[in-house]
Amino acid sequence: MSTLLAAAQVKAPVIDYKELSPLFALAGGSVIVLLVGLFRPLFVRRVIVPVLTAVTLLTAIGLTIWIWEPGGQDPILEGALKVDALSLGISMLFYVAGLVTIVLSLRSTATLEAGHGEYYSLLLGSITGMVLLAEAHSLMTLFIGFELLSIPLYVLCATHLHRRTSLEAGLKYLVVGSVGSATLLYGLALIYGATGAMRFDGIASAIAGDQVSAADPLLLTGIGLAATGLAFKASVAPFHQWTPDVYEGAPTPITTFMAVATKAAAFAIFLRLFDQALGLAQLDWAPALAFLAATTIVIGNVGAIAQRSLKRMLAWSSVAQAGYLLAGVVVGTQLGIKATAFYLAVYLLMNVAAFAVVVARERVSEFGDDLRSFENLGTMAPLLAWPMTIAMLSLAGFPATAGFIGKFYLIDASVAGDYTWLGIAIVIGSVISLAYYLRVIAVMWMGRYEVEMPSVPPRRVRPVAGWSPEADPLAQPEVVAVAVICAAATIFFGLVPNPLFDVARDVASAFPGLH
Amino acid sequence: MTIHLSIILFLPLACAIVVALLPPRLGRSAVLAGPLLVLAYVVAMLIDFDPGGGLQYVTNDEWIPELGIHYSLGVDGLNLFMIALTAIAWVPCTLVAAFTELERPRLFFFHLGLAETAVLGAFMAQDLALFIVFFDLMLVPFYFLIGGWGTGDRVRATTKFVIYTLSGSLLMMAAAIALGVLATPDGGSISFSLADLRAHPVALGSQEWIVLLFALAFFVKAPLFPLHGWVPETYRSTSIPVLALLSGVLSKVGVYGFLRIVLPIMPGGAEHWQELFIILAVFSILYGSVLAFSQDNIRLVIAYSSIAQLGFIVLGIFAFADNGAQGALLQMLNHGLVVVPLFLIVGVIALRARGSESLTELGGMAFRAPVLAGLFLVVSLATLAMPGSGNFIGEILILFGTFEDQFVYGLVAAVGVVLAAVYMIRLYQGTMHGRVGAAVESREIDRVNLAAVVPLVAVVIALGLYPQFVVHRTEKATTKALEPATGVSVIR
Repeated sequence: MSTLLAAAQVKAPVIDYKELSPLFALAGGSVIVLLVGLFRPLFVRRVIVPVLTAVTLLTAIGLTIWIWEPGGQDPILEGALKVDALSLGISMLFYVAGLVTIVLSLRSTATLEAGHGEYYSLLLGSITGMVLLAEAHSLMTLFIGFELLSIPLYVLCATHLHRRTSLEAGLKYLVVGSVGSATLLYGLALIYGATGAMRFDGIASAIAGDQVSAADPLLLTGIGLAATGLAFKASVAPFHQWTPDVYEGAPTPITTFMAVATKAAAFAIFLRLFDQALGLAQLDWAPALAFLAATTIVIGNVGAIAQRSLKRMLAWSSVAQAGYLLAGVVVGTQLGIKATAFYLAVYLLMNVAAFAVVVARERVSEFGDDLRSFENLGTMAPLLAWPMTIAMLSLAGFPATAGFIGKFYLIDASVAGDYTWLGIAIVIGSVISLAYYLRVIAVMWMGRYEVEMPSVPPRRVRPVAGWSPEADPLAQPEVVAVAVICAAATIFFGLVPNPLFDVARDVASAFPGLH
Repeated sequence: MTIHLSIILFLPLACAIVVALLPPRLGRSAVLAGPLLVLAYVVAMLIDFDPGGGLQYVTNDEWIPELGIHYSLGVDGLNLFMIALTAIAWVPCTLVAAFTELERPRLFFFHLGLAETAVLGAFMAQDLALFIVFFDLMLVPFYFLIGGWGTGDRVRATTKFVIYTLSGSLLMMAAAIALGVLATPDGGSISFSLADLRAHPVALGSQEWIVLLFALAFFVKAPLFPLHGWVPETYRSTSIPVLALLSGVLSKVGVYGFLRIVLPIMPGGAEHWQELFIILAVFSILYGSVLAFSQDNIRLVIAYSSIAQLGFIVLGIFAFADNGAQGALLQMLNHGLVVVPLFLIVGVIALRARGSESLTELGGMAFRAPVLAGLFLVVSLATLAMPGSGNFIGEILILFGTFEDQFVYGLVAAVGVVLAAVYMIRLYQGTMHGRVGAAVESREIDRVNLAAVVPLVAVVIALGLYPQFVVHRTEKATTKALEPATGVSVIR
């Protein structure tokens, strides 16, 4: 009886449907897509399902713009989630990455092998997880979001059911990802144990008060383990070893998605957890993370030098880029958050441009994603060669591309945050990276050019419909369009970065407490 | 008359884009339009320039307020003649390239136009970050020009060139950002405008390492010993018109950076490293001269002679005397003006020797080509600083400036003047006189190259006769650039 009475007095949490609307749209869309995918006609599966997925994402984008509100926000759902400019801004990157993945997947055999409904539904499921992760405001939602983002990805990596490397990639990602999740969970438990709070604001006030000192060993162990778990997802060295194998094995559209969206999600929670919940312990974790960042920059760039496969090379380069991004987290300032958010957006543009060209080439070339399939692309298919060139120059940080501004911003944030040596590490990493980025450009534009590296056996490729040896790049206009649009945006934001800066400023305004 | 620097700056790029979009035939005949229009506009600016005024034709807009980067351009005595040099040098090089058989010509001329815009931008920029943007942007077209249209192991050469140069300039970027952050007054917002940076000097200790990183970038670009590792391969693999620009114009951007940025903004740091830089400069003079003397490839003779010449220029700058800086600026112009025709003549010679550029296989070319020999002689004599040439005035001023405070180094550097005579005369004799080389065919210079070289030689002679034209317009600006640094020396 008494329990019943108690139950009657429990106040149900206020559910803010407006703020939750993008999440509802995504989850609902995911279910609808799955069910529509059950219909037999090929037209429904080939056309209706991707269109519905795109509509879901566009709806989410529309709702996000509708609820966009800069400045510090109060958490909703009893402190479980926080819908502010940080989570909304980075969610935009997930949606854009999702749309790009749909376009790149249109002609992929993975969708057919795995079933169209399942493929796109899992994609939406993963995006839901990412949004949840970016909005997480308590240790519990953090972990739920983390798992919801990961599990569909494990499956998506293995959607090339008839290719061993794809299955291997899925399994490898599953095993390594689970280790990461377990580590993260342990870390979160220890943080809870030390501070007695689940909510991030509770953790922050526990550290600020006398409840726990910032140097408490339990807390520090928890922070270390949580950082390790997140580092797995963000491919921060030395927890990056899965990255090249998984990126290479997964279907390339999924690789694109993982490279840009997963990274953005991991950094969203890095910012939220470290710069907000644990901001007061910054002096304790920042040197360790800075060391990780520097290691990541060096390992990623050195690892990329020896790669012939473009997907592997971009995987290593994404490790290096994670190191650059981490610099923005380490400094724990408004400037650092702005720089990280800015670089995440830029990173999406330049990587999507590069991966789209890889998708286009590996479908028609017998060398797959090997460097050789890019030989003389400059004369054969300038519409593919230019976006790739721009992407490489931008990744390397040449001026007049958005990559330059992004790097400039990150170095600016590092120097202003008293981590000048980390800024120098970014510079040194960029110098090393020239060796492999420039090689791609040389192969495309500078004629016969032998790379002294172990050769890869040519693999049989399943031709794109209507394919001929001199395949016209316009046989897959949608892929070319993605590459060209992203490359054009890379140049545009390199010359006129102010619109992105405005968004970055909004994102950083979500953390009013930081200077 | 109002001169709009933005028009000069973006004209080459705009013309290059138009040319790239025209049909190949039509585009080919229009490639000269861009460089010629720029030259015409720059000549108008030279006439209009007020020698007594400070920074002129200023454009100052905010570009990226968040990062404190301004789109800020201006011309004063320091960069007036560097802009002129760029405008002058691009015309003959484009002309020669237009009459050379090239693969994908439209792409070539697009990169050439982009390169001119980038170089002009680096010279005009009055904002440190903008300077770095253009400084790095230069590399992109040159990377393609060397790698796409060079000879031999060109990809290796161009990669080496870019990695060397970008290592320096990325470190400079980090240093520049540090400078901007440190110079931000409390509560103020960051700004990379050179005027703001001058107004807020940073602490001496920071200046020291920042100057060192800047010097690294500039010395690689120049090139100066011991950062010249990219030179032999790059010079060997680059096609002649591009090489003429690389050696004649690009090398000046680095040393120009000392006068524009390092000395006025970080005089203390510059003063700290003065001794080291002078030693490097003197060593470069001797090292470049000796190597120039022992090379067999005529390109490399000129390449190493350039290292020696750039050594002289750096020596003049770091002598911290008005004479020295004046001479350095004059010498920057002179060196550019003689190296461009020198390389064009090297191209002419190679054409007459079945592509050979080896001194052992050359010789006796003057026999039936008196005009070619005559032009070569004038340019060679100017390079070795014959009295009556602009180079003579430049080197004398540099040595005067050096003798004032750094007598010993001046003495050693003077040896370089003698060595220059030795290697240039060896080069001239080895190609033009002596026994006729086996593969050599003595033929007069063709009309295209004649049209490219003669105007340059005319400018060289004119400058030798009337260097006052340059000195008068630059002396005020060099004095102003040196002022902070000499002030530091006096206080010490």
